[in-house]
Amino acid sequence: MSLDLPLVFAALMGLAMLMYVLLDGYDLGVGMLMPGADEREQELMVASIGPFWDANETWLVLGVGILLVAFPIAHGIILGALYLPVVAMLVGLMLRGVAFEFRVKAEGWHRELWNWLFWFGSFLASFAQGVMLGRFITGFHPGFGYYLFALLVGAALCGGYVLLGAAWLILKTEGDLQRKAMGWARWGLAWVALGVALVSLATPMVSPTVHAKWFEDFPSARTLALMLLPLASVLAGWVLWEATGRMKRGEREFDWMPLLAAAAIFALAFAGLAYSLFPYVVIDRMTIWEAAAHPSALRVMLAGVVIVLPLLVAYTAFAYRVFRGKARSGLYE
Amino acid sequence: MESAEVLLLARAQFGLNIGFHILFPSLTIALGWILLYFRIRYARTGDSAWLATYKLWTKVFALSFAMGVVSGITMSFQFGTNWPGYMLKVGNIAGPLLAFEVLTAFFLEATFLGIMLFGMNRVPGWVHIFSSAMVAIGTTLSAFWILALNSWMQTPAGHVMEGGQIIAGDWVKVIFNPSFPFRFAHMLIASGLTAAFVVAGLSAWRLLQAGDDASARKTLRTGLALAAVRAPLQIFVGYLHGLKTLEHQPAKIAAIEAIWKTEKGVPLVLFAIPDDERRANEFAIEIPKGASLVLKHDHDAELEGVDAFAPDAAPVAPVFFAFRAMVGLGVLMLALAWAGVWATRRGLLPSRRMLWAFAASTFIGWIATLAGWLVTEIGRQPWLVSGILRTAGAAGGASGAQIGVSLAGYIVTYTVMLVAYLVVLTHLAGKGAHP
Repeated sequence: MSLDLPLVFAALMGLAMLMYVLLDGYDLGVGMLMPGADEREQELMVASIGPFWDANETWLVLGVGILLVAFPIAHGIILGALYLPVVAMLVGLMLRGVAFEFRVKAEGWHRELWNWLFWFGSFLASFAQGVMLGRFITGFHPGFGYYLFALLVGAALCGGYVLLGAAWLILKTEGDLQRKAMGWARWGLAWVALGVALVSLATPMVSPTVHAKWFEDFPSARTLALMLLPLASVLAGWVLWEATGRMKRGEREFDWMPLLAAAAIFALAFAGLAYSLFPYVVIDRMTIWEAAAHPSALRVMLAGVVIVLPLLVAYTAFAYRVFRGKARSGLYE
Repeated sequence: MESAEVLLLARAQFGLNIGFHILFPSLTIALGWILLYFRIRYARTGDSAWLATYKLWTKVFALSFAMGVVSGITMSFQFGTNWPGYMLKVGNIAGPLLAFEVLTAFFLEATFLGIMLFGMNRVPGWVHIFSSAMVAIGTTLSAFWILALNSWMQTPAGHVMEGGQIIAGDWVKVIFNPSFPFRFAHMLIASGLTAAFVVAGLSAWRLLQAGDDASARKTLRTGLALAAVRAPLQIFVGYLHGLKTLEHQPAKIAAIEAIWKTEKGVPLVLFAIPDDERRANEFAIEIPKGASLVLKHDHDAELEGVDAFAPDAAPVAPVFFAFRAMVGLGVLMLALAWAGVWATRRGLLPSRRMLWAFAASTFIGWIATLAGWLVTEIGRQPWLVSGILRTAGAAGGASGAQIGVSLAGYIVTYTVMLVAYLVVLTHLAGKGAHP
């Protein structure tokens, strides 16, 4: 039996994108929450993500890299259609990335400026990614309604990243900042619920293919089983709400639970999207097999992935272990 | 808008991005190893001056690294947005090489950088040294893959055609293509020189500000000594690289030396103003038969001129001038480094005038690297991949207006970043290292 290489790479690309959204999602979320904190809290917030953001962003390079090298035709179509939001995202990521360094080294109004750029870069990158998602899942259709939809997804993804960022802060901080983060997390959850509902309703309406996949022979065993996805998302949302409630009542041992629940919501939403889109890489236009690169290129890359991925997981786990526990200030001194 | 103008905009945008990006890896590749040296010296001696030195230069490294990461991410997207035809045509070669760079280098350096920058008090000393070594190895590996790809674009080898697609027949030949060993060595030494002059220059700046500083003296000497060894080595490797280029890319040599007609006993043009319209040199200062002697070791040997390659010849003037800038700066670096090593012998402090000279040449390596990069990239035109893909054949469908908007956005962002970078660097250097 020969390996279905395009399928393997579609799975790898999905994994890389999900990892990116979860990992850079929390640090972009923390960046967007900066204006809600005082100066001392801001130091802690940046200290909690300082050691990680760089490696987190590398997942984006990997995800886009797989799209580029495994599905070159689709890469041209997708990035061509998303030209301007991609530029906006890149400018945002650039400003945010260098602001880590500049904000601690600058003084006076320069520091104020870089703090502002840190927030603005985080926001711009998150919003642009949401717009990209919104355009992608509606097949890049032109038209006012579609653009409005993309902007709403942009706002919803910002909410989602705020949720991840707040949940991260609940895990990594304590005291007043942690209590603030609980409030932020609940706000983020409301936004996420809105965003997930929006996307779930819009995709079947836009694409008959997606509609058929979810509702064609409703109620059959398959479509009923699919309803477990939204149910599980609601459950994860409830767990998150409940966990923040318990923590507010002083049950500190639950500090890891909001992050886990938030990650579960993202993973479930991702699974739903993946199910909707499969086997298309550009919805209703191009499947992963039509877009795939030559098998010889895919084989050599797969060999690389198989060798490197375990090492990557091992040293990433090691880095998270080194910086486990609550964040402390003074990281950048 | 004319498609030729859109192509020019796309090239300008990519050139701006890659030219901005190259500044930072060319510094961090070698600075990573210098940091490892400082870190090991501290571990061996327990001297807090080494620790302070290490910490100061780690800050410079972290800042430069962040600049490289964010502009590098931008580049990974621009491959697709600006040059979709590139991946369609040679993606089966370029793709795996880029993927290996991400897998083996990016994750390694990014993850261990966190431990190197922030983990000193959280891990045992040897783990910290190990992390610093991983960062240095990661940056060098990254250079390995990207130069393998760039060299393959210059001198393709090891590929076969199958079903209308270009695929790798032999990966070893693809990676170790004819120009790769020379280009890789040339780039690593260029990085070494760039970092050495940044270290020496910022140390000189500190000495000018503070009068004296034990740590800055040490690093001034370290930087100058490294440069003094690397500058002559670079001139030698560059010469070998040039001979290899004559063998595989004679059109590039014709542009570098401004040789318009194929003939025997070609003079070496020291200076001229090449005119691409008239295909002739004006105000030329030449050494008779010099080019034939230098390139073929025979003063009567024949060299191919631009006429042998037209209409697929590279534009002469930019390549000619960029090459002379690179070589001139290389010689200047050699002179500065040797004079500096002499002036700092037995712990002497150089004169203020000399310190000013070093401070002024802090970024001399950057300018030389950019000049060299212009030589090799413009010298390959009109090809993107020699003999396989033309630059014009790889351009994307983005409109002139889209590229205009994004180009303006990039220019503003890069300007802000570069100004802030230089301000912070001089500020850090002015404060110096404090145990």
